Amino acid sequence: MTELRLVMKQGCETCLMIEPLVAEIAEAHNLEVICQDSPDFPADVPVIFDKSLEQSFKLDIEIVPTLIVMRDGEESSRIFGWDKTAWSAMLGLEFGTNLPEFRPGCGSMTHDPGRQAQLAALFAPERLSSRRLTFDHSDELEIGYDLGWSDGLPVVPPTPERVMRMLEGTHREPGEVIGRVPPDYAVCTVEKIAINAVLAGCLPEYLPVVITAVEAVLEDQFCMHGLLATTYFSGPLLIVNGPVSRSIGMNSGGNALGQGNRANATIGRALQLLIRNVGGGKPGGVDRAALGNPGKYTFCFAEDEVNSCWESLAVERGFSKETSTVTVFAADGMQGLVDQKSRTPESLGRSMASGLRVIGHPKMVMGSDAFLVVSPEHERVFREAGWSKQDLKSFLLDLLMIPGEELIQGADGIAEGVPVGLSNKTLCKFRPEGLNIVRAGGRAGLFSAIIAGWGASGSMGSVPVTREIVLG
Amino acid sequence: MELLDPTSELQPEGRQPLPRLNHLAGKTIGLLDISKPRGDVFIDRIEDLLLQHGAKTKRFKKPTFTRVAPDALRQEIAGSCDAVLEALAD
Repeated sequence: MTELRLVMKQGCETCLMIEPLVAEIAEAHNLEVICQDSPDFPADVPVIFDKSLEQSFKLDIEIVPTLIVMRDGEESSRIFGWDKTAWSAMLGLEFGTNLPEFRPGCGSMTHDPGRQAQLAALFAPERLSSRRLTFDHSDELEIGYDLGWSDGLPVVPPTPERVMRMLEGTHREPGEVIGRVPPDYAVCTVEKIAINAVLAGCLPEYLPVVITAVEAVLEDQFCMHGLLATTYFSGPLLIVNGPVSRSIGMNSGGNALGQGNRANATIGRALQLLIRNVGGGKPGGVDRAALGNPGKYTFCFAEDEVNSCWESLAVERGFSKETSTVTVFAADGMQGLVDQKSRTPESLGRSMASGLRVIGHPKMVMGSDAFLVVSPEHERVFREAGWSKQDLKSFLLDLLMIPGEELIQGADGIAEGVPVGLSNKTLCKFRPEGLNIVRAGGRAGLFSAIIAGWGASGSMGSVPVTREIVLG
Repeated sequence: MELLDPTSELQPEGRQPLPRLNHLAGKTIGLLDISKPRGDVFIDRIEDLLLQHGAKTKRFKKPTFTRVAPDALRQEIAGSCDAVLEALAD
């Protein structure tokens, strides 16, 4: 049996244009008319007023008018807007010459801004499988604290509507498994990432970055379990490269390592909250950090690759400039490096090497990796001298070859150090691949920053991991 | 207000610990070094004490302290020892 459904709204000029035809169609066919914004439109036919938009949502209406042909309860075809030839063929009716051949329709009210997520939460709750918790008379901002979801700062309550909206940031299915998150090695789905992204305050367009960051920290070589469990200071740092960093408005300029940018702040936080909530990694529990560092709330920034004379971190690591990536690094906090006098690359490089020499401990070698974040005014010194990033890295590594006698236990009256048997060796501060350089920061200020890494780097611990951000 | 649970929703089963050993004589005690510096110093001392009490010992070592012990290692310990001591050191 054939049945027609016609979805309209009075606020649409095309629907108003075809209003006089509806009664004629209803006489010839078994027609159900659904109107989104009025119980009385169109005139002279029975109308289902879809005030809640449930019918329109379930019919997946994007444009009004939409004419749907149903056969034996199943949709067989649909037409959007006004197309006289198509409507005539479908309905077996001739329409007057006073009507145009074609007129586009209007947007369905189900696609008004923010509406899809709201309707999905109401009318498609089965899309989400997480446990639903109901609260009465609660201060909504206290719930996250009461249930242990918070890092100490308020979290955004993850209502089904907010989570649905977050999921609009990806085409990946909510139920897709991304991996198992330590320390509990609990299954992590796109939906769980979206919920924690809501908690953190992310916008939907940040979600692909967060998902990629989760994938990156779950790679075995990143060693997220050990990083979480260690007594050391470290936590995951995210560095974003490529067009996405700019399209979502990340900060790579002034105060890039600081507060004030929503994307920087909430993407890093979402990852931390996910490890806490899905992985079960909490301070005082499996997180055994003696001191931690402020970056364990959030630590995420973009490299300033547009204004840089250097190839970006992502390009160095084998990706194209057009590819967006996330690099994760097991990082401590940052230490400032001040040099306002050097105007030659050799002098400034020596300053930088002096700062890098002391990370962890002046005698610690081959332990931590590091990221040197070079600000524009410091980069200018290298730019003017024609030094590439690799030139600077080689210069620094040469300076960071340290005589063993300075590093051994007992040297300088300090018990800490490498075994005495290494006194005749020359040791590099960093393992091969352990020193990385990126550019970020504001235009004024002859400062750079050193972000030291976890004392367990390389195959015994963590190595930085870069992954492409797959959009959509 | 309805909220979605951001946690793993895991509900671990409660497990009873195995009964403690009544005596050490004749028992095989695994000694697991997690590969932290000076772990061997600690385990050597513990091993001396266990041998004095008539226990037998088996030494094991994790490849790195930063990762959980591989399944095969855990199974080997479980299959060949009556108890295990894990040495955290630095």
